[in-house]
Amino acid sequence: MSENPLHLAVALDGAGWHPAAWRDPNATPEALFTPGYWTALVQAAERGLLDFATIEDALGLQSDDHLSRTDRRTDRVRGRLDAELIAAFTAPLTSRIGLVPTVTTTHTEPFHIASALATLDHNSLGRAGWRVQTSVRTDEAAHFGRRALPEIRREALGTPEVDAAVADLFEEAADAVEVVRRLWDSWEDGTEIRDAATNRFLDRDKLHHVDFSGRFFSVRGPSIVPRPPQGQPLVVALAHARAAYELAARSADVVFTTPRNAAEVPGIVAEVRAAEQAVGRTGAPLRVLADLVVSVDDDGQEAQDRVRRLDELAEQPLRSDAAVVAGSATELADLVQEWRAASPELDGFRLRPAVLPTDLDAIADGLVPELQRRGAFRSAYDTDSLRERFGLPRPASRYATNEEVAR
Amino acid sequence: MSADRKQVILGAYFPGVNHDTVWSDPASGSHIDFASFEHWARTAERGKLDLLFLAEGLRLRTRGDAIFDQDVVGRPDTFTVLASLAAITEDIGLAGTINSTFNEPYELARKFASLDLLSGGRAAWNVVTSFDAPTGENFRRGGFLAPSQRYERAGETLEAVRRLWDSWGSDAVVADRESGRFLRDEHVGDFAVRGNQFDIAGRFSTPRSPQGHPVVLQAGESPAGRDFAAKHSDAIFSRYQQFDEARAFYTDVKARVAKAGRNPDEVKILPSAAVILGDTEAEAHDRHADVRSRQVDPLTSIVLAEMVWNRDLSDVDPDGPVPDLEPTPDAPKWIKGRAPLTQDAHATAEAWRELGRTEGLSLRQVVTKVFDRNVFVGTPGKVAAEIERYVEQEAVDGFILGSHVSPSGLDEVVDRVVPLLQDRGVFRTEYTGTTLRDNLGLEPAERFGEPASA
Ligand SMILES: Cc1cc2nc3c(=O)[nH]c(=O)nc-3n(C[C@H](O)[C@H](O)[C@H](O)COP(=O)(O)O)c2cc1C
Repeated sequence: MSENPLHLAVALDGAGWHPAAWRDPNATPEALFTPGYWTALVQAAERGLLDFATIEDALGLQSDDHLSRTDRRTDRVRGRLDAELIAAFTAPLTSRIGLVPTVTTTHTEPFHIASALATLDHNSLGRAGWRVQTSVRTDEAAHFGRRALPEIRREALGTPEVDAAVADLFEEAADAVEVVRRLWDSWEDGTEIRDAATNRFLDRDKLHHVDFSGRFFSVRGPSIVPRPPQGQPLVVALAHARAAYELAARSADVVFTTPRNAAEVPGIVAEVRAAEQAVGRTGAPLRVLADLVVSVDDDGQEAQDRVRRLDELAEQPLRSDAAVVAGSATELADLVQEWRAASPELDGFRLRPAVLPTDLDAIADGLVPELQRRGAFRSAYDTDSLRERFGLPRPASRYATNEEVAR
Repeated sequence: MSADRKQVILGAYFPGVNHDTVWSDPASGSHIDFASFEHWARTAERGKLDLLFLAEGLRLRTRGDAIFDQDVVGRPDTFTVLASLAAITEDIGLAGTINSTFNEPYELARKFASLDLLSGGRAAWNVVTSFDAPTGENFRRGGFLAPSQRYERAGETLEAVRRLWDSWGSDAVVADRESGRFLRDEHVGDFAVRGNQFDIAGRFSTPRSPQGHPVVLQAGESPAGRDFAAKHSDAIFSRYQQFDEARAFYTDVKARVAKAGRNPDEVKILPSAAVILGDTEAEAHDRHADVRSRQVDPLTSIVLAEMVWNRDLSDVDPDGPVPDLEPTPDAPKWIKGRAPLTQDAHATAEAWRELGRTEGLSLRQVVTKVFDRNVFVGTPGKVAAEIERYVEQEAVDGFILGSHVSPSGLDEVVDRVVPLLQDRGVFRTEYTGTTLRDNLGLEPAERFGEPASA
């Protein structure tokens, strides 16, 4: 296999990424809020040897326009289970796939995030990740009543006021990730010593206050949860533009990007690298995945028909921030290889199935075997932890002194 | 089997951060690894216990400025553990202690509703109020609430959470492919809550869960705490296991429940308890003495005394008398991150001195005695009879059981005591209900208010 192995992730949300997906004959909209539904999806992704599954979430009801308030539509999937709990539920029922819930930095306490994801990592034996997301919606802020966010109107994007508001949310997100990573580090490895001779359960010299103090909050620490198996679970973020690339460059391990076609890939990779330079990123470069909304089947016709039927039901064509592809497994495998050829620094894809479970099953049982036939994708999971899968080392705690490491 | 015998409720708590766990015991495993939780949960479910229970602490304990190092320290996130346990169990309840001071209603409501949906109706929330100012140093809101405001916030939090749970009718999800209607109407999830602590409004994002309202527990003992429990809770986790004090607590709280206009049977009182068994009474008592001496070692006895005195007692000899020093309850907290041991430090200190004087006990012996109250010691037959007696004579409705060895400490109780309770006809042999509410014998949740869309 090539030196830069292909990574494939799947993005799980509701009945799929087509707004009318729940009306597909094979969809199970009545099961969306049951554990069996999510277990089957995550297990299908594991059957396909995918790197990880992300689970979408927000602290408000879905809206067709993600910037706006709740749109009060009754013809779309509305309602969600907590993504982190879905991930925790599926952890003991799977063994290899990475589990990456979305958790917002705007309203959720960083201390709770750090504890929850460290625990997810313990329970999954090193398979946890965190999809970092900000929440710009004013109605979500009103669900908490702690702060009023300025309304960000689509027409006003790019104006100085809106840019400043978004910059604040991103700065807060960067602070939140920093705090969470410090909390993960706040117990050095080997803190629990159980030394009966000295009557010490732990070595308190290996515990550290994180003493973070920033514009938005301060957190003292240490964590209440011992350091997770991966040291730090994998942090991922979606980015479409420079400010978000910079947040990812500062805070994440993996960035999801949205090229529209192969030709755009090198430019986006270059932007990511420029953002890394701009923020002075040290350590491993961001792993770059491209998001794709996909509908797949054996000969391509049914996938296209499926989307067309759903477009009619939705009374609008499937649109997304990411490119939309409907076709055969062969065509999609071609596209995967073509985009990778356009830039060897594109590490892989996060696939957003248009219809669940249909398009996920087609990925696991059609696309993946096709890529395997071409020698372009793993034929077995070859690493245990999610970080390892991305070739990322297990970080040492920032608080560990060299002396202690040497000992 | 006599169906009319009063049934015992049994839960199991996973030993959290505490001095009871004898971590030096060769049988003592990890208290973090999921495998430990799995062992514990499977044992409890094998014993047909009602619920699993996790305590909470949102900061590490400190003594002076130093982090505790002699006892079990560190605990995983409650919601995450319970959701993982939901996947590998079928019937047992999943109770998490979550405080109402450092969490917001919207998130609490969706976490518990999600847990209830994922577990098929087995979620329970033990509402505690934070007792510890420095806990705020880990959170955005920082600081702390005055005691008077903590139960106000707890009450408003619970009210808000219940409104959120009720904001989706049970028929809110139509999911009719043909007509294209997913939600019943555009008001599903609408809510507004205004009070002293909260001014929040919008739409809740998680559908109604199988129990409607997950079971609500409470742990607190001040008059305000008891009234809060009487008004809001389905069950109380108490610390009163000695028969007489348990009965006094039971009588007091059930009277408060009646005064709050509720049926006293609707609030279950469940003290924590541990069990130490032997094939003979003598063997059980030997084991008990051994466990006690390992739980309350000299340093632990000083630390526990410091929790009452609220001052540094490092210079006190644990093998000497209870110190004549006065407690300083109003000084800055010497030991942080632990629930208080007493409501009246001066009275408690005096009682300890008295006990030391009259029985000729050292400080360590007094502490050992005082902290040894929540244990049933004896043969399985004797312990089963005691448990039945407590319930029968209305001192408790059941117990939440712990052990000094984790995670295997529960095995013995499940294997040796539970069958005897079943033989006596006071404990189930199969789960009969589908939800935790059913299994606890609680009424289905009433709607707190009609959803806006009704
Ligand atoms: C048996 C028992 C168990 C408790 N467990 C916890 C706990 O796990 N976490 C916590 O934060 N507080 C816990 N508490 C503390 C209570 O939440 C409450 O803050 C404290 O008892 C003070 O309230 P009160 O004045 O009504 O007693 C517990 C209290 C009791 C009596």
